[in-house]
Amino acid sequence: MAPPALTKATFQIQNGPSYEGYSFGAKTSVAGETVFTTSLVGYPESMTDPSYQGQILVFTQPLIGNYGVPSGEARDEFNLLKYFESPHAHVIGIVVAEYAWRYSHWTAVQSLAEWCEKEGVAAITGVDTRSVVQYLREQGSSLGRIVVGDDAAPEYVDTMKSHLVAQVSTKEPYHISNANASANLALIDCGVKENIVRCLVSRGANVTVFPHDYKIQDVAHQFDGIFISNGPGNPTSCAQTVENIKVLLEDSKFAHLPIFGICLGHQLLALAAGACSVKMKYGNRAHNIPALDLTTGQCHITSQNHGYAIDAESLPKNVFKPFFVNLNDGSNEGMIHCTRPVFSTQFHPEAKGGPMDTAVLFDKYFENIEQYQKTRDGNAKTAVKFDIPVQTMASQRVL
Amino acid sequence: MTSVPSIYESTQPTTSAFNTPDYSPQLVKGVESVLVIGSGGLSIGQAGEFDYSGSQAIKALKEANKRTILINPNIATNQTSHSLADEVYYLPVTPEYITYIIERERPDAILLTFGGQTGLNCGVALDKLGVLQKYGIKVLGTPIKTLITSEDRDLFAQALKEINIPTAESFACETVDEALTAAARVQYPVIVRSAYALGGLGSGFANNEGEMKELAAQALSLSPQILVEKSLKGWKEVEYEVVRDRVGNCITVCNMENFDPLGVHTGDSIVFAPSQTLSDEEFHMLRTAAIKIIRHLGVVGECNVQYALQPDGLDYRVIEVNARLSRSSALASKATGYPLAYTAAKIALGYTLPELPNPVTKTTVANFEPSLDYIVAKIPRWDLSKFQHVNRSVGSSMKSVGEVMAIGRNFEEAFQKAIRQIDPSFLGFQGSDEFGDKLDDVLANPTDRRWLAIGQALIYEGYSVEKVHELSKVDSWFLYKCMNLVDMYKELDAVNKLEDLDKDLLTRAKKMGFSDKQIAVSINKGSEADVHELDVRKVRKSFGIVPFVKKIDTLAAEFPANTNYLYTTYNATKSDIDFNDHGVLVLGSGVYRIGSSVEFDWCAVNTARALREKGRKTVMINYNPETVSTDFDEVDRLYFEELSFERVMDIYELENSESAVISVGGQLPQNIALKMLENGANILGTSPVDIDRAENRHKFSSILDTIGVDQPEWSELSSVAEAKEFSQSVGYPVLIRPSYVLSGAAMSVVNSEHELETKLTNASDVSPDHPVVISKFIEGAQEIDVDAVAYNGKVLVHAVSEHVENAGVHSGDATLILPPQSLSESIKDRLYEIAQKVAEAWKITGPFNMQIIKDDRHAGTSLKVIECNIRASRSFPFVSKVLGCNFIDVAVKAFLGDDVPKPVNLMNEEYPYVATKVPQFSFTRLAGADPFLGVEMASTGEVASFGRDALESYWTAMQSTMNFSVPLPPSGILFGGDLSKEYLGQVARTIGELGFKVYTTGEAAKQYLQKYVPASCEVGIIEFPKNDKRKLREVFQHYDIKAVFNLAAKRAESLQDVDYVMRRNAIDFALPLFNEPQTALLFAKALSAKVSEKLKILESQDVIVPPEVRTWHEWIGQRPM
Repeated sequence: MAPPALTKATFQIQNGPSYEGYSFGAKTSVAGETVFTTSLVGYPESMTDPSYQGQILVFTQPLIGNYGVPSGEARDEFNLLKYFESPHAHVIGIVVAEYAWRYSHWTAVQSLAEWCEKEGVAAITGVDTRSVVQYLREQGSSLGRIVVGDDAAPEYVDTMKSHLVAQVSTKEPYHISNANASANLALIDCGVKENIVRCLVSRGANVTVFPHDYKIQDVAHQFDGIFISNGPGNPTSCAQTVENIKVLLEDSKFAHLPIFGICLGHQLLALAAGACSVKMKYGNRAHNIPALDLTTGQCHITSQNHGYAIDAESLPKNVFKPFFVNLNDGSNEGMIHCTRPVFSTQFHPEAKGGPMDTAVLFDKYFENIEQYQKTRDGNAKTAVKFDIPVQTMASQRVL
Repeated sequence: MTSVPSIYESTQPTTSAFNTPDYSPQLVKGVESVLVIGSGGLSIGQAGEFDYSGSQAIKALKEANKRTILINPNIATNQTSHSLADEVYYLPVTPEYITYIIERERPDAILLTFGGQTGLNCGVALDKLGVLQKYGIKVLGTPIKTLITSEDRDLFAQALKEINIPTAESFACETVDEALTAAARVQYPVIVRSAYALGGLGSGFANNEGEMKELAAQALSLSPQILVEKSLKGWKEVEYEVVRDRVGNCITVCNMENFDPLGVHTGDSIVFAPSQTLSDEEFHMLRTAAIKIIRHLGVVGECNVQYALQPDGLDYRVIEVNARLSRSSALASKATGYPLAYTAAKIALGYTLPELPNPVTKTTVANFEPSLDYIVAKIPRWDLSKFQHVNRSVGSSMKSVGEVMAIGRNFEEAFQKAIRQIDPSFLGFQGSDEFGDKLDDVLANPTDRRWLAIGQALIYEGYSVEKVHELSKVDSWFLYKCMNLVDMYKELDAVNKLEDLDKDLLTRAKKMGFSDKQIAVSINKGSEADVHELDVRKVRKSFGIVPFVKKIDTLAAEFPANTNYLYTTYNATKSDIDFNDHGVLVLGSGVYRIGSSVEFDWCAVNTARALREKGRKTVMINYNPETVSTDFDEVDRLYFEELSFERVMDIYELENSESAVISVGGQLPQNIALKMLENGANILGTSPVDIDRAENRHKFSSILDTIGVDQPEWSELSSVAEAKEFSQSVGYPVLIRPSYVLSGAAMSVVNSEHELETKLTNASDVSPDHPVVISKFIEGAQEIDVDAVAYNGKVLVHAVSEHVENAGVHSGDATLILPPQSLSESIKDRLYEIAQKVAEAWKITGPFNMQIIKDDRHAGTSLKVIECNIRASRSFPFVSKVLGCNFIDVAVKAFLGDDVPKPVNLMNEEYPYVATKVPQFSFTRLAGADPFLGVEMASTGEVASFGRDALESYWTAMQSTMNFSVPLPPSGILFGGDLSKEYLGQVARTIGELGFKVYTTGEAAKQYLQKYVPASCEVGIIEFPKNDKRKLREVFQHYDIKAVFNLAAKRAESLQDVDYVMRRNAIDFALPLFNEPQTALLFAKALSAKVSEKLKILESQDVIVPPEVRTWHEWIGQRPM
């Protein structure tokens, strides 16, 4: 239904322009880092992606809310959320050009406005989002705030300074099983997207998800592969995780252990390997970014969401080499170990939202796993008993 | 077919870094010259989009230093120009003629995917005939095998099955019985399609056995094989444009969602881009499938995948794949700014996507997918009202003649802009009371007017969104958006005087795409107010409400782009650009429709080029996605925008333009010229005040009288009584017409007082602001077209083309011969004199065109002017290209008063060649329409060919019309029509002498014909089963009928009229039809002159190249333009 009475709202960028519009979400004013995405679809996926924790997200696609919001409770055969990337919204605010007050879709159970209100997400419509992008493109990432109605404007907050990963990571390990599993994987949760877990489980793995700072090196030998997830913020704030991964990379007993990292997971792996990260001017958040596979020459369209990147020059020579490169801005999009079954990507092969062109990387990871299992099991001395108490673990993230 | 190895040395990507200095792309080797296949005359289903795609392809080839040889008889196109192609052949796009060109030119390679279905079909045929192998010609881009797979439904379904992609289950049938069995298996409703048919020709839906019988019979008459599939009516229809390079990199450039659910041909659907109601899951499911398909099929270049998507689940079907550039790819290209055709051509040469730069940003690569921060609406334009007996329903076979594209930042803005672009008489989203109690019916069974029915239902009839959705299956999201417009209408209706229109309401209305005029009308409604568009404009500007200008940059502003591709919006707070250019506005042609087509795009493009050559900055305004003028590299600034007074003045004022050209885009821009002048615009060329003196019939005729130029007796109609009196005095027939004439709309010849009464009402309805004029209609007279350019009232250049048809056939449907063959020197001099007098009287600077009648009724032939348009005409590209003198270039020099050439009498010169322009009709697509020519224009395009004489050029031009196959003796030819004249007999005599069998349908006609044909030739009578199409087809086959000459005196009154049945079935059975005496005679003579040569060539084992196969340059001896 058309809104009865619209509440005015203002979107402001620190030291930058200010935009008048109308509120269509929670009646709370918010402040946080302001980023934009040029994706054309997938607002429920983006908004529930933990990597957006604490951010105000500007959509360049001008019409948002068209297909409503699907159920946050619906689950698939693996007990994973069917439509969301985590149980709740992680953006604190959204900025759109035009909100569709009436939606139409067979999966929708509520409007975007209703859901934002429920989730406490501030939302403003009527903003010239294109001009916001032009500003952010020139000025770089900026702090912003959405002021609803007559609220006092909240102070600008640099969310990058807080330990965002700690906020979104599961507090206790949990376990997702596949009845026909052929592998056991350990996933380091820095804010994992539901579809990453699904990509692993549906390929025939039991996945045990550990909190971000869990001493993974203590259990890694029991697993057939380690996965390091995506997550929000600055990779350097995850010092403990980097330390843990470093052990995996340095201890020779893990020399054949497959590792795959995505997004923040890639950055943490790179930091553990001795590389450096840099803050990008305004980051890459889109579904249309070309990433060239330096091992095959093939170019893929990828889904991305990151504000930091790895400096490819800083990768340890003869240990890691760049795997993918971004053809638009030349930034690093992944790395691959020169001898070990370890690789990682800056982009999101699991998509949701976005293109699924690079999903084959999960297959590559599983090939590595199979290889690892073969060589390890062939050598009776290294056979290890799997005694992680998965039965007693939670079956979903513990927040 | 033998399997041909790939022309690309490597189909594997290389890992070499692209940015290293020694890196160079692996291009196809051994290709210096490329033959490009054009699409021919514009027709329904294959229109201007292929001028755009072919032009871009040639640009890409030129950049790679390839010699390009183009075959395209469509002389009005931009691609048939030496600024693009190295050599141009104005010849039939058929395997036969392409073979002649190959024999002469020995090209290294051929491009088949830029000339529509015609080009693709030719390629498949040339491969089958072994021509490509024989001459060792490389097929650039998508290999033939893929083209065949994508076209053959069975192979296609099989290929998709291999990769588990669902297609609609489909049964190939060759008989009606098989079709009925198949239909029973898939269950009704079913859809019938025919293979190898362009734009869904011969396709349709059947709900039961009765309908199926009829449909199958008709479809089988057009194609040996039809496919029967389950109908998925009501599912969403979504398309993806996909690009793949030789190493397998794939992108989807754009997806599009149809407003009309499945069931309406995508060319006849209202479409939005990007999709609006698809979730990420649906969007990417279909995207992933599209990429899987294109990889599996092995497309190298561009491809379009059409889907049906379940509206309440994740089931989907692939409907169709076009492994070539298409109408949709042109739309996607214009909608995103991504130059698809250009990229596809580069890929065909061997480039890979990551190697190519994004031509818009220049800093990023072509291997990406555009992000849109706006929404695009496309609406088709139909001209069905121009045809008699035509079926107005729209369905699986395309009927529209053009399309518009509008850009906005919300649905309402884009949709309303697009609606106005279809026709200026539409204010925006609106209703129509024409439906009466048929409203629900039209909502459920779409016609060309369905969007008006939706408007009527929601605005006036109180229908809920749910009800309209239930009936139409249009997704509720679109209808909710329409309801926003309804709500805004209500708010505006509540305002009863201009003073009550506050800033907030006006701003919101403008954000929803309401025009000033639409707002004015809403205020006036139900009140005493008399608010005009200009009043609203004034108030609006006083509030500071003006549109902002945004760029189409492919990346939603993420990267800076120095592009000049622009649109305006009220949904913004900032413009993307500065306005320091002060460029010259060039108003384009708008939507292609009957009467205004690619000719005007050629004029607009050439105007912009000439202005740029003269150092002027140019600003193009046009909204037609099928054009070259809307290519962003043609002008300094391109506004993809409405050509309304409001929007043009907005842009003029924003840009601080120095001046505007309004006389090269046809009638549409001309109509706003005077108003622009009155509001302070500087109009280049003839003053709009003078133009008005020509457009207004009354003023026009009075002036002709004063300068002593003859014209048919005329009078202004103010009452029916006066009209009758006048018509009585000059004698019937008379011609009635409104003052502002667009492609002859509402013009008609009236033969009796009774007819006058009925027709008069129609004509005055068209344009109530302007009086209606009647004039004496001169029968049997020759008509002449004069195109000219003048400077300060002095003629600089002119061309005289003679019509083959007698006066009475609309000049747009006429066959034009240049230089004229039957006019004496003195007549030509008198025509020149008339042109000079007219130029002087109207103080013309720039282009103008006249139609003149040569009246031989009395001694001392008189030349009577029947029409004068002070603007570039449809025939400007034709005369420019035939005479080797670019009239538009001359016009621009006249506009600027800079470098104006000395006057020259081009018609005094000797030309060792003749060119003939013939109309291209699309009756095939307009089921039921009577193929009869009159004062209302009916053709959708034109083609032209050169020859050593008129017969040769006409012979070639006729073969250049689509699907024309020359009848060869001893096949049968069917005759019918007016037996009171000699024409039919004369034609039959010539035909009979050539050894054809002569048939007719009745005893009287037989008696008549027998008198003319040689004694040895017995005229046969064929029994016509009028209502049974299948039997009729058998009859035609039995008698081996290969052409029809039907010279009826007037239109058929009923569908039972034997002449109508004969004409209509000639069309339905794809036979050449001659329905006008002079062209029938000319063709008979051409046959007589050329048929033995043709037979010799066709029977020869060696390839003999006929004399008409020469390049444009060889004909005219120079390389102009």
